[in-house]
Amino acid sequence: MLSKEYIFKRVAFLSATLILFILASIFIMLFIQAKPAMEKYGIHFLFDKSWNKTVIIEEKNPSNSKINVSVSKKIQNNMDIDEDENLFADDDMPGIDSENQDETSVKTDTVFGGFIPIVGTILSTFIAMFFAVPLSMGTAVFLSEIAPKQFVKPIGVAIELLAAIPSIIYGMWGLFYFAPIVQKIFGGSQISLLSAGLVLGIMILPFMSAITRDSLNATPNVLKESAYALGATQFEIVKDIVFPYAKVGIIGSIILSLGRALGETMAVAFLIGSVFRLPHSLTDPSISIPVVLANNFGEANNEMLSSLYYLSFVLFVFSFVIIGMAKFYFLRKKR
Amino acid sequence: MKNLKINNSDFTRNKRLLVNKIILGLSVSSAVLALIFLFWILVTLFIKGVTAFSLSLFFKDLVDNGFRNLIIGQFVMATLATLIGVPIGIMAGIYLREYGNGKYANVIRDLSDIMMSAPSIVIGAFVFAVLVVPMGGINGWAGTVALAIMLIPIVVNTTDNMLCLVPKELREAGIALGAGKYRVILDIILRAAKTGLMTGILLAFARIIGETAPLLFTSGTNSFWTIDMNNAFPSITVSIYNLANFPTDKARNLAWTASFILTVIVLLINLSGRLATQKREKR
Amino acid sequence: MKTIASMTIAGMLLTTSLMSSDLVKGDGSSFVLPINQTWAKAYYKATGKQVQYNGGGSGKGIKDTVARLVDFGGTDAPLTPKAQRKYKILQFPVIIGATVLAYNLPNIKSSDLKLTDKAIVAIAEGKVQYWDNSMIGAINQNLHLPHKKIIFVRRSDASGTTWNFTYFLSSISREWRKKYGVKKSINWPGNNLGGKGNPGVSSIIKQTPYSIGYIEYAYAEESHAKVATVENKDGFFVKPCMKTFQAAATEANFDPKKGFYAVIGYSKGKDSYPLIASTFIIMPKEKIDTDKKITAFYSWVFDNGSNMAKKLKYIPLPKSLTDKIKKYWKYNGVY
Repeated sequence: MLSKEYIFKRVAFLSATLILFILASIFIMLFIQAKPAMEKYGIHFLFDKSWNKTVIIEEKNPSNSKINVSVSKKIQNNMDIDEDENLFADDDMPGIDSENQDETSVKTDTVFGGFIPIVGTILSTFIAMFFAVPLSMGTAVFLSEIAPKQFVKPIGVAIELLAAIPSIIYGMWGLFYFAPIVQKIFGGSQISLLSAGLVLGIMILPFMSAITRDSLNATPNVLKESAYALGATQFEIVKDIVFPYAKVGIIGSIILSLGRALGETMAVAFLIGSVFRLPHSLTDPSISIPVVLANNFGEANNEMLSSLYYLSFVLFVFSFVIIGMAKFYFLRKKR
Repeated sequence: MKNLKINNSDFTRNKRLLVNKIILGLSVSSAVLALIFLFWILVTLFIKGVTAFSLSLFFKDLVDNGFRNLIIGQFVMATLATLIGVPIGIMAGIYLREYGNGKYANVIRDLSDIMMSAPSIVIGAFVFAVLVVPMGGINGWAGTVALAIMLIPIVVNTTDNMLCLVPKELREAGIALGAGKYRVILDIILRAAKTGLMTGILLAFARIIGETAPLLFTSGTNSFWTIDMNNAFPSITVSIYNLANFPTDKARNLAWTASFILTVIVLLINLSGRLATQKREKR
Repeated sequence: MKTIASMTIAGMLLTTSLMSSDLVKGDGSSFVLPINQTWAKAYYKATGKQVQYNGGGSGKGIKDTVARLVDFGGTDAPLTPKAQRKYKILQFPVIIGATVLAYNLPNIKSSDLKLTDKAIVAIAEGKVQYWDNSMIGAINQNLHLPHKKIIFVRRSDASGTTWNFTYFLSSISREWRKKYGVKKSINWPGNNLGGKGNPGVSSIIKQTPYSIGYIEYAYAEESHAKVATVENKDGFFVKPCMKTFQAAATEANFDPKKGFYAVIGYSKGKDSYPLIASTFIIMPKEKIDTDKKITAFYSWVFDNGSNMAKKLKYIPLPKSLTDKIKKYWKYNGVY
């Protein structure tokens, strides 16, 4: 029966299911695109430091390297465009012809590994959390417990405006104004994991404060008032009553912010340096997964593209798990 | 409830008061520091952006060092994304809140919330595979879809929350009057939640209009005036990214001015959303 | 407030011209990007037709043109006649530019730094690690070179600029030719940073003290970078400037029968700057309609764009060559 009631309910149901469909599609599509790289590198990809490295394949064992040969043949075809023919054949340098031929008959392969971006993502996020957690807690406590009534709203709005600023602005401001100061205090390079991490921290600060503040506000006043009546100081109220009560919500907000920070691109892209090297110190430049994607997606050939999707898949799954953890275990709303 | 260490000796009392003062000081400093960052960023934007600012920027395209095509392009994609995403998001929210039967609805609700915080660049990668490659190149539709995917979970969340706030009595009254369920939802509940929904949609709009990552390799940007969605489509955020990476001072100054204009637009939309809520509430 | 906003929006929309559909889009070499975009702007002002050219590196230009993803590509690494036949591509040069070695050394003025050809190879190979190494110091006795590590900045994307630079290095050093060859992208040894496109490398040099890298001359001009005086094939030290660029350009030999395939760097002559290169436009043979739009653009450029090119320190092609190019277009039915 096609009553309006039925249609309406169906449309609502389909809309809700569409969300599930989109999420599933993302997982599936990322996996499909990443599959070639996954098959070629396996788990080793996550620990391999090379990126766009050309290695020479030896063909000593025909049985062993059957797969290698076919893979490298595919790559040869791709790189045909890049082959440069006999540039120096009619040069004044004798005997180049034969040397050239030697080189072009060696099969080469390009190898990608995701270790460096993964490390960069993790390190920059940790720096961000290290910086943002105490500040957010302090700000949330301020907004929830300490601020005089008339300041709560405007300061709250101001912090939310900080969250509304587009991330690319953070990147630019960070690059030109914040990074030089970081360099003055900590030395090393302006463009570094540290600068990126700190700016990332400033970015997630309002987000974490807002959620924490909501958790703190949920503490029943009765509990607080009884404690005040018993002569506790504000700090003790926060430490012994509010925080334990809101503990679950606070941990949830921290983990949720961590999940957010993992996927941040623009603020980090300006400041992390896009250098494919393992950092020796926090003030060295490096790279993170979102930045690799931002830099290379537009121009990647099939080889690199699959590796990029491999990284995307890893990042997506990882963020999903972390944010899911925050939601399922800590931020359950009372329904 | 943990033990409160209450001791009547002067020493402990003074120590507790001192600790209290220190912690409160730290807390206030944290908030102040956050505000300092906010003002630092805004002031920087203002100073760097205002120097090259002129009204003519709104009437010339990027090819002539203006921002007209970029601003319109960004608005066009954000608006289309909103037109696509809002109906889906509201209907999904309605399902979750009004028709949901427990497990399924809860799973969808949680998944939607998780997607709200998902990395935006991965969404760009997804749309690249499903729209850009089959269509043969970066195009405005892909950018729009990427923004829509980001918008839907936000709208779902808002709808879910706003509908939750509508008192049960309204629903019961509507059904008591003999209205069908969908009528109750459309005429009564949505109307009651209208202000909250509008604010939520406005805030979601403000959020996606400032996004860069999902557009980077789905719709790119374009220096010329164009409304052809089948090709690279102008975007102020992607152009800021490109300009900021150019080594010339001219390009960087353009980036700052564009950033200034973008931030003003985003903050204005944000503030107007909040003010609208306040006005309605006062009535 | 509202009226101002709506009037601005109305104004913005009213001042727009009708939708233009004459758009041709291309991408590729960032070597030619500044002048291509300058020409496109002027062409738009003169004729209202839109030519959109983005960077991405010669590798991307070739890949996208071969895949027919764009209407034309820009590349400084020309396609061999064999590749042109294989991928059914038309190719012609449009401009000659110079690659310079830009450096960031405080207290040393532009052009004061002299580099022998062997020193450049040694720096690129990472064999010379400090600025005060004797290979550099020997001919720069009048300069105080610091004992700081050299940071070599190179391209992270597939680049025709890299191709031309490695051609230069291969011409000087047999060892380089054997080990690395002439490629658009190699695995650089030593202490190096990678930048995306000429703009990326230029930015990094600007922000990194004690760095040196190879970029197209227009970028050095625009970012006020210091440029090195280099040793040419005949053993003379020449500054990068129009005179030395033009001296080198006169040696260039383009043959339409080969699709103008020619590598013009490292030429003879006491005044010749050794690092000049030509940028080529490539387009799919079968797309006659868009090809005609592209040739219309470049025909306009050959007739009107010389002064703009010279202003950015590129060398416009001589009339004898542009006539040959026009004949080539006619012969292929695209003019």
